Amino acid sequence: MAHEQHNYLNHQKGIWSWLTTLDHKRIGIMYFVAIMSFFFLGGVFALLVRAELFTPGKTLFSADVYNRMMTYHGAIMVFMVIVPGIPAIFGNFVLPIMIGAKDVAFPRLNLMSWYMLMIGAAITGSTLFLENVDTGWTFYTPYSSIKTGLGVIPMVLGVFIIGFSSILTGLNFIVTTHKLRAPGMTMNRIPLMVWALYSTAILQVLATPVLAITLLLLIAEKTLGVGIFDPQLGGDPVLFQHFFWFYSHPAVYIMILPAMGVISELVATYSRKVIFGYTAIAYSSLAIAGVSFLVWGHHMFVSGQSEFAGVLFSFITMLVGVPTAIKLFNWIATMYKGSIRLDAPMLFAIGFMFLFTIGGLTGVYLASTGMDVHFHDTYFVVAHFHYVMVGGTLMALMGALIYWFPKVTGKIYSDLAGRISWVFIFTGFNVTFFPQFILGNMGMPRRYYDYLPTFTELNQMSTFGSWLIGTGFLVGLYGVFYALLKGKEAGNNPFGGKTLEWTTTSPPPHENFEKTPVLTGGPYEYR
Amino acid sequence: MSTANHTGGFHHAHHFDSAEHQYESSKQGIWLFLVTEILMFGGLFVGYSIYHSLYPQVFHAGSKQLSVVLGALNTVVLLFSSFTMALGINYVQRGLKNKAIIALAVTIACAAIFMVVKFFEYTHKFHVGTVPGKYAYTEELSASGEKVTKVGALLAEASKLSVAEREHKLHLDETEYEHLTLLEKTKNWPLFFGFYFVMSGIHGLHVLAGAFLIFWVLLKVIKNQVGPEYYTPVEGVGLFWHVVDLIWIYLFPLLYLVG
Ligand code: HEM
Ligand SMILES: [Cu+2]
Repeated sequence: MAHEQHNYLNHQKGIWSWLTTLDHKRIGIMYFVAIMSFFFLGGVFALLVRAELFTPGKTLFSADVYNRMMTYHGAIMVFMVIVPGIPAIFGNFVLPIMIGAKDVAFPRLNLMSWYMLMIGAAITGSTLFLENVDTGWTFYTPYSSIKTGLGVIPMVLGVFIIGFSSILTGLNFIVTTHKLRAPGMTMNRIPLMVWALYSTAILQVLATPVLAITLLLLIAEKTLGVGIFDPQLGGDPVLFQHFFWFYSHPAVYIMILPAMGVISELVATYSRKVIFGYTAIAYSSLAIAGVSFLVWGHHMFVSGQSEFAGVLFSFITMLVGVPTAIKLFNWIATMYKGSIRLDAPMLFAIGFMFLFTIGGLTGVYLASTGMDVHFHDTYFVVAHFHYVMVGGTLMALMGALIYWFPKVTGKIYSDLAGRISWVFIFTGFNVTFFPQFILGNMGMPRRYYDYLPTFTELNQMSTFGSWLIGTGFLVGLYGVFYALLKGKEAGNNPFGGKTLEWTTTSPPPHENFEKTPVLTGGPYEYR
Repeated sequence: MSTANHTGGFHHAHHFDSAEHQYESSKQGIWLFLVTEILMFGGLFVGYSIYHSLYPQVFHAGSKQLSVVLGALNTVVLLFSSFTMALGINYVQRGLKNKAIIALAVTIACAAIFMVVKFFEYTHKFHVGTVPGKYAYTEELSASGEKVTKVGALLAEASKLSVAEREHKLHLDETEYEHLTLLEKTKNWPLFFGFYFVMSGIHGLHVLAGAFLIFWVLLKVIKNQVGPEYYTPVEGVGLFWHVVDLIWIYLFPLLYLVG
């Protein structure tokens, strides 16, 4: 090539320039590589867990091994994949560009957050070689504090450090959104993805410290025997659950809000219409973030909390449905009479809406105290949270990957590969998790190694579905390599997006824009 | 550094419009970080209040066991250090380098005094056996089949001695003997010391971190890297130090004075 364009990818060369980079775009890519590796590991554990459940009794390995695999699957997926996933990868890449900034507010802190995730993951991962890390991802006391082995300490310490990474990323995004918007970019003109990331960041900053202290107390409990969670010493194991869910319920919105941001972008771009109800979608993110702090007790309906608390938590929990529904209806209203193109990212967006709705509605079942007594700790809950977390967040992550791939790399992601991947993931997903609603209703408890023979067929269906999902993600991965090696040149705006990132070159230059953009209107001005 | 602009003696990173802009942003970041610190201690305070309401006698007897004199001394030391820290920031802003160095050095010295006092408090607790949770118990069982605490063992030994011998052999004066007896009569008292050690321990780690950070900005003052045009790190560290101080202001009455 005669004249090579100057961009952030060839701005500096060599592996060292990546490991010390302060460029938010490169850090986003480093997150992508890291988190996808964790995802692969977590996925392998998932397939093994499902494989073990192919038949009742022992299929492949012992109950002990099963418990540990289930623990790693959950902990890796939650703390290392879905929580950091969209914000750390795509948030890092697109947030500054979408608001017309040259970088995030604190580039060094941003790099440090990445290293903290790596260190935390290494410490947590090192426990793979220890026995007795078999608590499940929730680390419930008293099992984690008194019964099981000391491996829980490094496990929890790693998660603590990962939490720090999350706090620092959130802090960075908040200040970036407040302080670095381009001229003319008022808060009511920022893209909905940015609103979603901003609300998420608030949650990250306000909820994660509670997880931090909870995990520190668990460590103190194991090393000093403080007694705060130990009834023998006067403490209360259920207190741990209060603390844990005071973080972890908001955390489920740390997982899903960024995904909702992605969906807003995809729906606008692929319907070619002004987004319907910009303000409603924007502020519903904040509303979800707010309410999510008040509902943790719905995880403890059967823990012996007072009836009054149960009723109250049940009521507030159902309130979360309101802002969520506002979003969903606004997306549908946007699609109404739009020129919809069913490209792969849009398929993932529709998949999101479909699966997330099922997940959300079953949440209402669980939020009704009477029904939860029946469903609690059964496969119904497993199905519910996979519908929302996997069906929601991972669908959005795939959509985001294909949508922004050209901006990140300058190459087009094969739409065909994307669609094939979608078909496998979407069908596989329903084949895997829908039977689990039925299993749960029939009474199969979650986290068990063994089950009654009557549950065999549905479990086999579920395991078969997991292979389809696995295939779908492998196709998606193949698409990444194919696009990198053989993808077509993308051009600046292959999909006709209207937000700022599509006005700069693909890949963007080191400082995102040749000239700082000046805004005169809102995002999504199609027609 | 390649990403910094050096117009007019200020250094601000390339993605900010001006030094002022960068300063405002940094300050917001620091405040947000301090919010997370307060929330983290908030979890401990919530746990504390729950158990305080469950076991008021334990917290009463336990707090008698802590030395109000030493706690108050440390409170004064920290309050004074907040004052010298504020002075230090002010001197840096006004370009009074030598005074700034002295003020910051005094702040570090206060942190050191605080930690030394804490060291004596801790070692004394180890000595009499008022330690957290499972470490408060001995291997033995009492006649009624309950686990014997280290305090219980010490008291049993002390009860066989005269007052003077207690003082001499066990370093146990009469008030402390009474307080320990009172404590031993309450059930589950090690829980109080669990809270005491975890809360003051995490706070102590913050004091150490703060001292380290103040030392870091002190070096910056010496090397002329901060001054009237640029003092963000000094101010940020100062804010952190004030929060560490503030948290102690809550810990002191909660742990030492609840009786
Ligand atoms: C925003 C997306 C959501 C995510 C990511 C999510 C995630 C989860 C997760 C991970 C669990 C299982 C926790 C465990 O391991 O014990 C769970 C349980 C639960 N979810 Fe959701 N959820 C979401 C939305 C909702 C909604 C909208 C509702 C109610 C309207 C709801 C109500 C519940 C209830 C009541 C439980 C407890 C069930 C039990 O343990 O008996 N969730 N959710
Ligand atoms: Cu919840």
